[in-house]
Amino acid sequence: MVERVTGCPREVFLKIADALTRNSGRERTGAICYAVGWTHHTTGVQMIRSAAIIQALLGNIGRPGAGILALRGHCSIQGSTDVPTLYNLLPGYLPQPHALKPHSTLKDYLEHESVPTGGWHSFPKYAVSLLRAWYGDRATRENDWGYEWVPKIVGDHSQLPMTLAMLDGVIRGLVIHGQNPVVGGHNSRAVVQRGLAKLDWLVVRDFTETETASFWYDGDLVKNGELRTQDIGTEIFLLPASIAAGEKEGSFTNTHRLLQWHEKLVDAPGDNRSDLWFVYHLGKRLKKLYADSTDAKDAPIQALTWDYPEKGARADPSAEAVLKEINGYTWPERKQVSGYKELKDDGSTACGVWIYSGVYPEEGKNRARSRKPDGPDGPGTHLEWGFAWPKNIRTLYNRASADSEGRPWSQRKKLAWWNDAEGKWECPDALDFEESKRPDYKPDLSKEPTGLEALTGTEPFVMIADGKSSLFVPSGLKDGPLPAYYEAVESPVRNAFYGQQENPVAKRWNREGNRYHEVGDPRYPYVLTTYRLTEHHSGGTPTRSVAVTAELQPEGFAEIPPELARELGIAALDWVVLSTARGEIETRALVTERLRPFEIDGRRVYQIGLPWHFGNRGYATGAVANVLTSVVGDPNTSIHEGKTLTCDLRKGRLQS
Amino acid sequence: MNVHPRALDYSGPQLDGVIADESELTAGTKIRPGKRYGFFTDTTLCIGCKACEVACKEWNALPADGLNLTGMSYDNTARLSATTWRHVLFVEKISTDGARATTMPPFQSNWVMMSDVCKHCGNAPCLEACPTGAIFRTEFDTVVVQQDVCNGCGYCVAACPFGVVEVSHDDGKAHKCTLCYDRLKGGLEPACAKACPTDSIQFGELDELHARAGERVKALHEAGVENAYLYGAPGSPGATGGLERLNAFFLLTQKPEVYNLPAAPTRPARRVPRAFAAGIATVLGLALCAAGLFAGTEQ
Repeated sequence: MVERVTGCPREVFLKIADALTRNSGRERTGAICYAVGWTHHTTGVQMIRSAAIIQALLGNIGRPGAGILALRGHCSIQGSTDVPTLYNLLPGYLPQPHALKPHSTLKDYLEHESVPTGGWHSFPKYAVSLLRAWYGDRATRENDWGYEWVPKIVGDHSQLPMTLAMLDGVIRGLVIHGQNPVVGGHNSRAVVQRGLAKLDWLVVRDFTETETASFWYDGDLVKNGELRTQDIGTEIFLLPASIAAGEKEGSFTNTHRLLQWHEKLVDAPGDNRSDLWFVYHLGKRLKKLYADSTDAKDAPIQALTWDYPEKGARADPSAEAVLKEINGYTWPERKQVSGYKELKDDGSTACGVWIYSGVYPEEGKNRARSRKPDGPDGPGTHLEWGFAWPKNIRTLYNRASADSEGRPWSQRKKLAWWNDAEGKWECPDALDFEESKRPDYKPDLSKEPTGLEALTGTEPFVMIADGKSSLFVPSGLKDGPLPAYYEAVESPVRNAFYGQQENPVAKRWNREGNRYHEVGDPRYPYVLTTYRLTEHHSGGTPTRSVAVTAELQPEGFAEIPPELARELGIAALDWVVLSTARGEIETRALVTERLRPFEIDGRRVYQIGLPWHFGNRGYATGAVANVLTSVVGDPNTSIHEGKTLTCDLRKGRLQS
Repeated sequence: MNVHPRALDYSGPQLDGVIADESELTAGTKIRPGKRYGFFTDTTLCIGCKACEVACKEWNALPADGLNLTGMSYDNTARLSATTWRHVLFVEKISTDGARATTMPPFQSNWVMMSDVCKHCGNAPCLEACPTGAIFRTEFDTVVVQQDVCNGCGYCVAACPFGVVEVSHDDGKAHKCTLCYDRLKGGLEPACAKACPTDSIQFGELDELHARAGERVKALHEAGVENAYLYGAPGSPGATGGLERLNAFFLLTQKPEVYNLPAAPTRPARRVPRAFAAGIATVLGLALCAAGLFAGTEQ
């Protein structure tokens, strides 16, 4: 069945399953590492849930060498979800207040979002400490610690619908930090570029001119005559930014939740400034601008605590001062707290990101800066190298490395074990459990215990309300409690598994300029997948603009299996045209056996590969692959489906 | 874990200066004049990231060669040159007898990758061919071109059996990998080896590298990779024709030709006596003919 549905040969699938199961058990563990391409599907969350279920069933959670690891594409993408840049989260995975949920007052919000048992029971402490950090002395018990100043969301404000909102004239201005949506945004021409062209103003901060900053005079819509420069009313500001490597201080949080500090070594040239500098000084100017306002909508800016110390001739705000606030301190004494256990919901503590608490536990001690590895004698958890959130735990849920009686599943893989003589857990890692909770602890449920007290001594998953890993997700997922197999929104084949073709709740914006292909549309017979090449970073801006990295992959291309190339008469380096209902591009052909035709349900299906990070700026150039993709997303995350769509391919060039 | 005990001495966020004998921490070896150093490049560990190419160009301030899409898999720098001293080669060996492989052999995918470099030969033909003394053998047993002495004659280019040396169009001098001569003098591991994330490129004292490489071949054989062998270690393919050994040697799984390496490279100087003898014989032969002709005229 797997072979029929996915085209993965039976023996290959069995080999993988066999390898994973052979390397799971008492003596061995297996990890699933996925490049974040797994998320670029309308079924992304379903796939990752499946991996979580498999790992839970195989005992590959909470043990050394086990787990599920998202291999992030940038040095601090983990950090940008932790702190976060996501519209629906406040720092530390606290939900953003929602106008259409019972979030009207702080009391409503806390009651609605709190969980009585498990680690999230302390949610009010984190939320109130965050408000104290933001609004300082302006936050009082009487004004709900300033809760009403926090913006409420009304729907999906993620990148895909926001881009459409620009196109529809709802959003009038945009500030972009180091992102390049003309290259990286889906449906680059009909949605992204046309959307940018409708803005009143656009600010792009980057260290070089990106396609997003230059679309108005040399973008492909201007070049092919669909847009005329003189008709674009958008006022565009390109502001020079400094780069992370050596030009600014701050922290990276990587895949394994490890915060590592990086130092500023040199001033960025000329007017180039860090994002921190820009946001800080923008905030200062806004505060000055609205200082005398009596308008209620300006109160959040007036109330904001914005007092980071400045350094040097450029008045750089201190990144360490920001980290100290992220860690949290007592209020009003501003004495650093040692970790989130000290946070209170009575306004006596302030904390910017509760999960990071402990990273700056005392004055002068930035644990993200620590670079002390364990020596050759181990233990190899390297607890003095950087700081892993939460509580410096390197392996989450490490109570699971011991059996129900607290004995390690194996000596070889031991990480946490119960020391009965001393009445505590031993762990060379930071323990992700209560240190003195006996393995045979049972809560007295008649007393309605809350928080971690409600969990038994055998329940390691402390952030889950019942302490257990679950196969069935009772709430939170928009597409169902158990993963199911769906085809992509665009697919050349019917779902051979069952009648439901695609994720029924996938986010779709089927409208002019963003049409989807029907299943098996003969005009678009091939599967197209997009990806990055190792040689290029992000949207390509940092590497396409540097000669010695640009030469490694100097030009865009499409990877085509030789069988299809023969069928269409395409030879290596020939020009080819790829097209979808959204647009068409020309690029060069790289004919390669690495792309294997799928045999799906008795049918041969060809797949074409297309690196997406090229554009017309820099040394390494190429057509923008995202001209072909559509705005369509996962129902939970709104992440685009760039890994699977359908297209047509022909030999030749575009008419010019 | 491979954490060197000395690493604990440098756990502060900032260093006062260059770490003395840094190569001891990063490559497990102290660099001392009078010892032999080289590279062991294990192609079964190469993932084709090209970090070595970039690190080499950054450290040695080498320019890009140009923006040429070659269509040859992911290899767009194509070859070693005056400005490319590390080159990662990509060869797709996906099909055998027309059938597409669906699984990867252990320790090396069907996408063969190899980081090529100057071999720093035991008997270096470039050095032997150099008429000016611009090419010399360093105190680390590596082979380096001094551009201020080089007259750009190009004899070394023809002499190199591996096509490594090139005369630059920019300055008319011969250029190639120096095995980071300047870094070795400062106690630093060469840039490419230090940047290699998988330790496919290992730097060290030659005897130790030979021992390590021998162990690796044995381990691979035991793991079922029977075609693993060394190229350029003494007594192995590549170290032929009087070259004695290649200080930069390789662990390969395919025939040398797959990696654009000669199956049996030779040292041109070995052919000198025979060529010289042939030349003398020709001169003598011609002289005899001439003598015969003159003798005929007199009569």
